[in-house]
Amino acid sequence: MVDLMAKSPCDGLLPVEHGGVSLSEIDMTVLTSVSPYKGQDKALSAALKEAHGMAFPGINRATGKEGARAIWFGQGQAMLIGPDPASSLCVHAAVTDQSDAWVLVRLEGGRAEDVLARLVPVDLRQAAFKRGHTARTQLQHMMISVTRTGDSSFLIMAFRSMAKTLVHDLETAMRGVAARHAG
Amino acid sequence: MRIKCPHCGERDRREFYYVGDAVALDRPDPDAGDVVWDDYVHNRDNPAGVTRDLWYHESGCSTWIVVTRNTVTHEILKTELASKVKEAMA
Repeated sequence: MVDLMAKSPCDGLLPVEHGGVSLSEIDMTVLTSVSPYKGQDKALSAALKEAHGMAFPGINRATGKEGARAIWFGQGQAMLIGPDPASSLCVHAAVTDQSDAWVLVRLEGGRAEDVLARLVPVDLRQAAFKRGHTARTQLQHMMISVTRTGDSSFLIMAFRSMAKTLVHDLETAMRGVAARHAG
Repeated sequence: MRIKCPHCGERDRREFYYVGDAVALDRPDPDAGDVVWDDYVHNRDNPAGVTRDLWYHESGCSTWIVVTRNTVTHEILKTELASKVKEAMA
């Protein structure tokens, strides 16, 4: 029997740091898409709260905290990150395993906003995009999900197959921002 | 050009995919006959002015949106969720 090794999407690529901004991979975890059935939004939110401690996120919002998050992921869908989904969710929603399909990275540091401003066509400054806010948008030409997890930290998700491009684009922007403020 | 997604708010045009005339929401009955179907499949107005299209928020929330816009001024007059428009037609 061949002994297979689990390899994370950014294996060998991260972490990196430029000009006080760091980019690191978030450990592979359980990802589950949760799409409420028609008219089941409230019941699902209650079930989610009971099983995993967070409400179903509103549009452009994320709930929960590190280790157990629910992020709004598009029309009628949220991504549950961390916990093994409780079977009680299946009564009210289509629940589908998405683990390993996405790459999760954390961009952190005082100029993280400046880095993202070079790549993402949405205003992600603190005044417009606060902790717990999330957006489905683009990073260069990739579709991503971006969530503010702290005053200077963001969670970025992209398709796993785009991991290398994601790191390349982010690192190029990080170098640019660092060079601008060097010396 | 910026389009206001009913979910995500105002977003850059590059996040959207243009589909075509919103006539697709009004599909004729299968037995409507050749003339009606020919019209539905092939014939489109090409107005210099207000038009109603379907757009897809491809790199955003994956929503179909009915966009009412002016082809002369590029003004976006109205955006609605296609699902809501379709429900209202029923």
